[in-house]
Amino acid sequence: MGAGSHVVASSALYGGSHNLLHYTLRRFGIDTTFVPPHDPDAWRAAVQPNTRLLFGETLGNPGLDVLDIETIAEIAHANRVPLLVDSTFTTPYLLRPFDHGADFVYHSATKFLGGHGTTIGGVLVDGGTFDFTASTLFPEFTEPYDGFHGMVFAEESTVAPFLLRARREGLRDFGACLHPQAAWQLLQGIETLPLRMDRHVANTRKVVEFLLAHPAVEGVAYPELENHRDHALAKRLLPRGAGAVFSFDLRGDVAAARRFIESLTLFSHLANVGDARSLVIHPASTTHFRMDAAALAAAGIAPGRIRLSIGLEDPDDLIDDLKRGLKASQKSERSRA
Amino acid sequence: MMLKAGGAPAYAYTGGHAFDSERPVAVFVHGAQHDHSVWALQTRYFAHHGLSVLAVDLPGHGRSAGPAKRSIAELADWVIALLDAANVQRAMLVGHSMGSLIALDTAARYPSRVSRLSLLATAFPMTVSDALLDAARDREPDAIDMVNQWSHSSIAAKPSSPGPGFWLHGSNQRLMERMAVRGEPQLFHTDFSACNEYADGLERAAALQCPVQILTGKRDAMTPPRASRALSDAMKHAGVQVETVMLDAGHALMSEQPDGTLAALFGFANRSA
Repeated sequence: MGAGSHVVASSALYGGSHNLLHYTLRRFGIDTTFVPPHDPDAWRAAVQPNTRLLFGETLGNPGLDVLDIETIAEIAHANRVPLLVDSTFTTPYLLRPFDHGADFVYHSATKFLGGHGTTIGGVLVDGGTFDFTASTLFPEFTEPYDGFHGMVFAEESTVAPFLLRARREGLRDFGACLHPQAAWQLLQGIETLPLRMDRHVANTRKVVEFLLAHPAVEGVAYPELENHRDHALAKRLLPRGAGAVFSFDLRGDVAAARRFIESLTLFSHLANVGDARSLVIHPASTTHFRMDAAALAAAGIAPGRIRLSIGLEDPDDLIDDLKRGLKASQKSERSRA
Repeated sequence: MMLKAGGAPAYAYTGGHAFDSERPVAVFVHGAQHDHSVWALQTRYFAHHGLSVLAVDLPGHGRSAGPAKRSIAELADWVIALLDAANVQRAMLVGHSMGSLIALDTAARYPSRVSRLSLLATAFPMTVSDALLDAARDREPDAIDMVNQWSHSSIAAKPSSPGPGFWLHGSNQRLMERMAVRGEPQLFHTDFSACNEYADGLERAAALQCPVQILTGKRDAMTPPRASRALSDAMKHAGVQVETVMLDAGHALMSEQPDGTLAALFGFANRSA
């Protein structure tokens, strides 16, 4: 893929991914059409003759939209292009995208894979199933590449030409090289992934249950809840759990949300997710603070929207901390003074 | 590089270097349900260090047209047809597993065309159990799973993974699955039947006229080192020059011990006769 190519991507993406596609890659001549992840017809309609990739997140940002990987993979393959999914929120323990038809997977290893919020890194996995030689759409793999000794990647490797080129070009030209110490820390994290993910999910379920019953909470968006739009899909794709990152709406305005966050002592106020420690962030006053009320509403972000990443602590301690925060959030400014 | 062997399109990977029939030529022959890419870690070095490489896709495998050949002898004839097509008079032959039988048969029946013979993970008889033959015929995905497991030793897994960034089990599984999709129906069964029915091994071994190298994997569960002994004994008895190299690897020598395999092959290729 290069200048003149096109990507169809889910609109429910991590901000950094949206930025890469919408701003950075556009400067290099690669256009992206963003489509609602739930709408297969929109994915189909967005495919153009120059489309070379479909891309989505297994659990989308911020509403935890569950990607129907099988359906989107079918659309990709009908158009002879691969499907890449970001599986950061689900990890290989909760979901194996290759089993559902994805061709490539990537993770921010900084999150659950590393698991301790100490190490920055990423993982790109080639499932070995996409046949670049089945069409003439991918000369990057089927024609000699002068930039690497005339290598024809699809001849060099029958099943992993993408991996070969990603390593040669990505490492050498773009510098996406992990430090050995970071690699070791991430590998060490992965050794305990199943233990941690079970605990992350169990804690999350308890916290969700608590929040649902609390009068200061207007709503909780978690795919395991029956009122989540992707509940049925989550039951099918995510039987081990829908992850440990979710949002809820606090009753009240931005000030109430601020009081909530400032009253928490166990949750860390951080934009990261997937840490052993529980994390909290208030999008309206942090990641989206430049937006006014109308813009926030247009983006579907309520003034009282809170995002939590549930860690590995004792869930009762987490619930106690949230209780304190919720109580503080509902006090008026006057009564606080 | 696409050629025509016996009138049908035939593919041979040339190691990322333009093929030159004037240089010494090494022909690499893969095993059952595989293609040229199993030699990726050795052939590129050969091609960039003074030899010309033809790493073939056998008929019905990878990029070479089918139908797949049913017997080792037919496959040996096909190798000669490929050499003719590439205008190669004489070459070193390297074969892995089923490919080792093809290389052996070719070298014995066409002695003027073969300068040296390297047999990797070889066995005679190369018996395939009825259970595995039946699985290959009726339950090919199961057969692929089993053979993939048996083809690798614990060396293929963490922490000693010899292919940084690659998962050897996963890559080999996908390669065999790709052959099932791209090749013809029952390819695995066809290949295994050819191995199982090959009866000429000892006779061919005794008829060899070129130096021979036998490379075995100490941990090979498919063709253990002792399974090559009948061949090497027959060769020695007939006065054939034989050297045996044992590597600490399973059946997948080329990926589990890429450097050791390369060193053995390249040293043999450049040894003065």
